[in-house]
Amino acid sequence: MVENLGKIVKVAGPLVVAEDIPGAKMYEMVYVSDRRLFGEIIEVKGNLSSIQVYEDTSGIGPGEPVYPTALPLSVELGPGLIGSIYDGVQRPLDALRTKYGDYIIKGLFEPPLSREKKWRFEPLVKEQEEVVGGDVLGTIEETPLVIHKVIVPPGLDGSVESIVKAGVYTVEDTVAIVKTREGLREIKFYHRWPVRNPRPVKTRLPPNEILVTGQRVIDSFFPIAKGGTACVPGPFGSGKTVIQHQLSKWTNADIIVFIGCGERGNEMTDVLIEFPELKDPRSGRPLMERTILIANTSNMPVAAREASVFTGITIAEYYRDMGYNVALMADSTSRWAEAMREMSGRLEEMPGEEGYPAYLASRLASFYERAGRSIILGREEKEASLSVIGAVSPPGGDLSDPVVQGTLRTVRVFWSLEDTLAYARHFPAISWLSSYSLYVDVLSDFYRKEMGEDWNRIRVKAMSILRREAELLEMVRLVGIDALSSSDRLILETARSIREDFLQQNAFMAEDTYTSLKKQYRIMKLIDLFDELARESLEAGVDLEKIIALPVKVDISRAKLISEDRLDEFDNIEKKIRESFSALEKEVQHA
Amino acid sequence: MPKEYITTREITGPLIVVERVEKASYNELVEIKVPDGSTRRGQVLEVDGDKALIQVFEGTSNLNLGETRVKFLGRGIELGVSPAILGRIFDGSGKPVDGIPPILPEKKLDINGSPINPYARDYPSEFIQTGISSIDGLNTLVRGQKLPIFSGSGLPHAELASQIARQSVVLGVEEKFAVVFIAMGITFEESNYFIQSFKESGALERSVMFLNLGDDPVIERIATPRFGLTAAEYLAFDLGMHVLVILTDMTNYCEALREISSARKEVPGRRGYPGYMYTDLATIYERAGRIKGKRGSITQIPILTMPEDDKTHPIPDLTGYITEGQIFLSRSLNQQGIYPPIDVLPSLSRLKDKGIGQGKTREDHSDVLNQLFACYARGREARELATVLGEGALTNVDLAYVKFAQEFEKRFVNQGITEDRSVEQTLEIGWELLSIVPVEELKRIRPQFIEKYMSKYLKKEEVNSAA
Repeated sequence: MVENLGKIVKVAGPLVVAEDIPGAKMYEMVYVSDRRLFGEIIEVKGNLSSIQVYEDTSGIGPGEPVYPTALPLSVELGPGLIGSIYDGVQRPLDALRTKYGDYIIKGLFEPPLSREKKWRFEPLVKEQEEVVGGDVLGTIEETPLVIHKVIVPPGLDGSVESIVKAGVYTVEDTVAIVKTREGLREIKFYHRWPVRNPRPVKTRLPPNEILVTGQRVIDSFFPIAKGGTACVPGPFGSGKTVIQHQLSKWTNADIIVFIGCGERGNEMTDVLIEFPELKDPRSGRPLMERTILIANTSNMPVAAREASVFTGITIAEYYRDMGYNVALMADSTSRWAEAMREMSGRLEEMPGEEGYPAYLASRLASFYERAGRSIILGREEKEASLSVIGAVSPPGGDLSDPVVQGTLRTVRVFWSLEDTLAYARHFPAISWLSSYSLYVDVLSDFYRKEMGEDWNRIRVKAMSILRREAELLEMVRLVGIDALSSSDRLILETARSIREDFLQQNAFMAEDTYTSLKKQYRIMKLIDLFDELARESLEAGVDLEKIIALPVKVDISRAKLISEDRLDEFDNIEKKIRESFSALEKEVQHA
Repeated sequence: MPKEYITTREITGPLIVVERVEKASYNELVEIKVPDGSTRRGQVLEVDGDKALIQVFEGTSNLNLGETRVKFLGRGIELGVSPAILGRIFDGSGKPVDGIPPILPEKKLDINGSPINPYARDYPSEFIQTGISSIDGLNTLVRGQKLPIFSGSGLPHAELASQIARQSVVLGVEEKFAVVFIAMGITFEESNYFIQSFKESGALERSVMFLNLGDDPVIERIATPRFGLTAAEYLAFDLGMHVLVILTDMTNYCEALREISSARKEVPGRRGYPGYMYTDLATIYERAGRIKGKRGSITQIPILTMPEDDKTHPIPDLTGYITEGQIFLSRSLNQQGIYPPIDVLPSLSRLKDKGIGQGKTREDHSDVLNQLFACYARGREARELATVLGEGALTNVDLAYVKFAQEFEKRFVNQGITEDRSVEQTLEIGWELLSIVPVEELKRIRPQFIEKYMSKYLKKEEVNSAA
């Protein structure tokens, strides 16, 4: 069989060059050396193939064999994904630890989906029924939160020749046979899909509904829509990871895929320890029951980091194809881009900006374009969405970095993190001056319905007060606060209130970590009401110092701690605000 | 008996190329016999057909093309370990330099280690009391964390790191503790300062040192931290000790990395550093941590000097993206005679939230910490304003903040080089300082804590103002 193998001629870190791999194809998966290290062909030149190897290549040398597989790099899609933690090429880290110990040693393999675990299956189709790709053959309760739909793989259609009865089966059991034009096809609970090919949908639709995150600055000021894309760039220490974690905890998506791409090991541990304990605010079930983790930490092989975002998004698409709203977080896409740069450098390609390959921007775009709201495959018209939120770690926080610029060209929401805010412990450190969301307009009807008729007015007013504050502060820096008129000083006061009482949100305080849309509206309303009445009082001749000293300001500042089931307390504060101001005005009239 | 090759065809900087090699593998250890009879060690960086590219740790001086003999050893670089490594001093490539015979190794470990499976990690959450207020109070260190000191030339990072090493305790428990000290390209004086300070505090018997000093071979620095961390992993996860690793100076390490990269004519990244520096640094920093079911832990304190105090320089920048926070030293605080000159605003400990609070430090810790940060930030802002416009332009509240900022630097940040404050003392100083600003400004503290902890300081203030 030796003639069916390739032979290594060069090893340079994660890049291995081999000669004479029979039938070598671009993006074919291969095994390198007799230790069976996992790799993928990324360049074919004559009889030479360049392979990026997903494991440490120490100890590998020329002359060793390369085993072709003729298959592209693929993931297994089926029940058992939820609650799992995988590395960048879908090796199950929990199973690896049980079997091989605390360290990741090369050449290990475990199937991504447990072959032993039994699942209870309920069929939904009858024999002789016509089915197309995307149709649901039956369901499995994957976790108490997620009904897993066993779907006909895309591209396959025909009539159901046979289907098993309700009962328990493993992923390897054949549950249905479909008669297609090409012949009979067995269908199991799982199928494989090449990670670099997007899974097809019927039609793509523009987003129209907000993805609720419970983070005030995001939902109210810079919202992301279901099926939308967002990016979070910021220097280190500005809280990117905390935001990503907050979003994966609290967004109202059905499924969360979290990719730890080239980041810290302890951060994944944090998720692993915290998520099983945290409860989903809607169902009260542990968050882990709707979460899939991909962990390729910074010290794990760099080539697998390149693959990890594709592995993650393919899994996310699979759940979208069941009709779910899926949200994917990638932390951090810069590390992914750096992995591309490293491989590109080893391939001796001509570098583009900052040493990144010239195809950086197109790769970024093709990744984010896999997000969207769509009508999924299948006979029924069903809608689902996949939202993608990517963190970017620009060197030195410099936004002219090619990864940031490439990302900004494709994503529609930009949450700009600033370290000056983080140093002042203003969290989330999302800058209200430079961030933007292009979904505000499409969501305005939604806001009106969900938050209140006057919401759009309040939002615009708050934003303009914050903008005005920045200008006024410039002036104060030059001429001192005394030079400002009372009404300008009131703007500064209101802006401070918006910043401190609304925008700042403590992720580590149970009462504050999640705020419903209703409550966001009520807090903003308090600030707006105070500002309006203060303005009237100023005109009536009340002294600004007296307004600032009103004790009701303390109530406003603590309003964010009011629990979600006692929102009527807001009525009391509103009443108190009105009373305070009428008292002030009376004083003036009497004087 | 492995073959010796005399087919060296090229010598450039720290690299040699050997031809007609029959069997070589990536990352393999090689032994090089220099014409003058001495031997050096190297490592295979790339094998292309029958050509092997080797980095020579001790440098390439005196090597020639005809007589240099190269032997491929068929294994990676290893460190022999046993409990007897405690108290020993090694050079940058793991050979003992303290004049005592080498240890009898219990086993040999590959110095590159293997990545810890993220699923096997245990989250660091045990509070380490360093006795330094600006760390314990505001940027709390926990066991298994990697918390670098971002310093500049001329700043007292050595004093601070050795103070941390001397004073660190975990409250309420008595456990086996060790220090691994890794020196890369620092001066004899600086390394001697550490040795003396360990000696005086009796920590020398429970420490292991790996010293690559300024005049030692540059390329050896690539291996030095890996030797040290292999020793640390052995102590922590085989012997169950809590290990504090001090790495100094990471800037020198990165420069050695750059030297090899440029000798290989690789496409340079920012400021000439190689594009893979992030991944390379991660293979060092990520060796800190805890493992589920194992007693020991590795806590890392890497020290790096920022060129021109610039935190956007690639070395601090990439480090900050991997480590769990950073301690910034400030030149201006140092000039004011404040020790340790920690600038708390850009400093950060990402793991602090899990290490503080009831049962760990004190229930009010988190609130006090947030409030101190916010007040100090506001105070600094007001102080800047006052320098431009004069104090007269400030409101009374802002004046209180300015006073707070001054006192905060003088009493909270500033402390003696041997002063060991308990976390309670630190928090009490914090409360006392917070009483300088009006109580309604303290929005980040829950009212019940203000009542419980603040009242004694408030009364004093009132008494003072009455008198």
